[in-house]
Amino acid sequence: MLDFVQQLVSGVALGCVYGLIALGFVLVYKATEVVNFAQGDLMMLGGFFAFTFIGMMGLNYWVGFAGAVAAMALFGMLAERVVVRPILGYPQFSIIMATIGLGYFLRSVSGMIWGTDDFKIDTPFSQGVLRIGSLVLAHDKLSVIAATGILCALLWLFFNKTTLGTAMRASSENMLAAYYMGIPVKRVVSIVWAISAAVATCAGVLLAPITFIHSNVGLVLGLKAFPAAVLGGFGSIPGAVVGGVLIGVIESMAGFYLAEGWKDVAPYIVLLAVLLLKPEGLFGLHVRKKV
Amino acid sequence: MRFLFKTDYEDDIRLFPHSGYYVSYGLLLAVLLIAPYVLSSYLMSQLVFVCIYATVGVALLILTGFTGQASLGHAAFLAIGAYTAAYLQKYGVPFPVYFLAAGLLTGLIGALVGFPALRLQGIYLVIATISFAFIVEEILARWESVTNGNEGMRIKAVSLFGVAVSRDSPTFYFLCLAVLVLTIVGTLNLLRSPTGRAFVAIRDSETAARSMGVNVALYKVKSFAISAAITGFAGVLFAHKLSFISPEMFTLQLSIEFIIVILIGGTFSLHGAVLGAIFIVMIDPFLTYLKDDMPGIIAGIAATFGAGTQAAANVQSKVAAFASLNGLKGAIYGIIIVLFVLFEPLGLYGRWLKIKLFFQLFPLYKRATFKRQKIYVKSERNR
Repeated sequence: MLDFVQQLVSGVALGCVYGLIALGFVLVYKATEVVNFAQGDLMMLGGFFAFTFIGMMGLNYWVGFAGAVAAMALFGMLAERVVVRPILGYPQFSIIMATIGLGYFLRSVSGMIWGTDDFKIDTPFSQGVLRIGSLVLAHDKLSVIAATGILCALLWLFFNKTTLGTAMRASSENMLAAYYMGIPVKRVVSIVWAISAAVATCAGVLLAPITFIHSNVGLVLGLKAFPAAVLGGFGSIPGAVVGGVLIGVIESMAGFYLAEGWKDVAPYIVLLAVLLLKPEGLFGLHVRKKV
Repeated sequence: MRFLFKTDYEDDIRLFPHSGYYVSYGLLLAVLLIAPYVLSSYLMSQLVFVCIYATVGVALLILTGFTGQASLGHAAFLAIGAYTAAYLQKYGVPFPVYFLAAGLLTGLIGALVGFPALRLQGIYLVIATISFAFIVEEILARWESVTNGNEGMRIKAVSLFGVAVSRDSPTFYFLCLAVLVLTIVGTLNLLRSPTGRAFVAIRDSETAARSMGVNVALYKVKSFAISAAITGFAGVLFAHKLSFISPEMFTLQLSIEFIIVILIGGTFSLHGAVLGAIFIVMIDPFLTYLKDDMPGIIAGIAATFGAGTQAAANVQSKVAAFASLNGLKGAIYGIIIVLFVLFEPLGLYGRWLKIKLFFQLFPLYKRATFKRQKIYVKSERNR
């Protein structure tokens, strides 16, 4: 029982990270129908920025965190402007390829700049553990869970209570209608990219103590975040987080209770099963085609 | 330029549009046949890889280019073909038999993947094929009694009629070339048959195809099966060329490379698959060139333009340092993909068509001929 709870908590913590990356996918997909295969690499880059600010320049953890988030938000805008905007509205295949190319580029270039070693950020939570009875919970895992909760609340407030958030929901609902209503859709889209890059950075920095930062971490985790996003229904923000948590829990349970090797494939098997039974995901909308 | 007057349906579905094609393709084939006696062994080896990649490219074109079903799982099909060959060879099965068996098995698995894929579209299909590829990769690594796990499997040279054909010999190259040519001719034939026309109809509009009486489900599964089977054949050759296979060779990276092949070549024509394969295989020799010769050349140019010896040597060392950076290949891949998607969506073959048209129509060529239409953001979500 104790093992079970222990596994559950670390699964949830890992799942929250997947959820955060998936959140980035979903934000961008909702607003622009673009599936950003480079999301994991944005996360990796955010981690490297944070490492540069905190580990190399010796800034305070929180200052460095904020700096990395701000820098990555700008970078997200830049990536949208250069790579995505010219091909918005073209077939999905082109856009997927463009973002795969972007991911390739980011991975290799960050490997060139920072090298291929593993890096580590010292966080205020790295050492501490919380003991409840004989249950031992590491602070860094709890911090991931808490931060995901906070970020979700912030995003919910942003989307539902601010004008900008309403504009974003409008342009994701129907871009052409949003144009007609005078919403500056292009600007909205670049802000969406900024937000998704910022969310990815948060994931990257929070993850740094658990799995170290290296140039391939984005690919690995990004590909785990896909099942999360699909599981929750690709267009649903709460779905992304729930899907992420589910994937994390499945993974850590499979790693603990099943034979070696299941850990890595279990999320994909679950994903295939969900796609077969309910292709629109757990929280997705089923839209009928009208001819 | 030659004007083609198509007066009946037979003209429209000919294998090659006009007789000139027989001459040019014949010449190309002749050049390819004497190539092993002219080129260096390294280039020959690259040419074999071009044949294998082009075969996979054609297979992927059938699925992605002509049926409109994106797949990022073709490395898995390649792996299934390669492992079937390695496994059967261990038990003394002759080459022609395991070659066909590998293709059949891969085609069967392709059809099995095709069934679940019927309900999926666009991004969901991409993710499902990625998942399939991961699962296959993991099975290859874990099913040790058959695949030897992570230690990989050795595969002996092809034996044709009792004679061992080494992987570097011209005969092996001819074998790969024959497979490629047969694949291409077969695909051309397929595309002019009712099946191929149904594929294209599904790509252009599933709804329209269905209302014309095309059995969409059946043809999608067929497309998956054919594409997988061809990839399986290529997998056998791939295994023989490498003579050693292990699960970490068939990763997502390889699937992406195959997609790059058809993306860079052009997703609407079989020429594209070959051009893309040449491109992707030649990146490695190009990088070697960049590393070895390029710095000297640039330093020479700098010296000619009046830079001192010291400055020229400086430039040389800087260029050399840049060219030997670790992730350069990945970065070049990334930039090339993005640039092609942004500026040349029709790929290399599209560029060739434009050049040809320019000379045919000179001085009346209009850039707008190939201009992409402005599309308003169409939602694939509501399809």
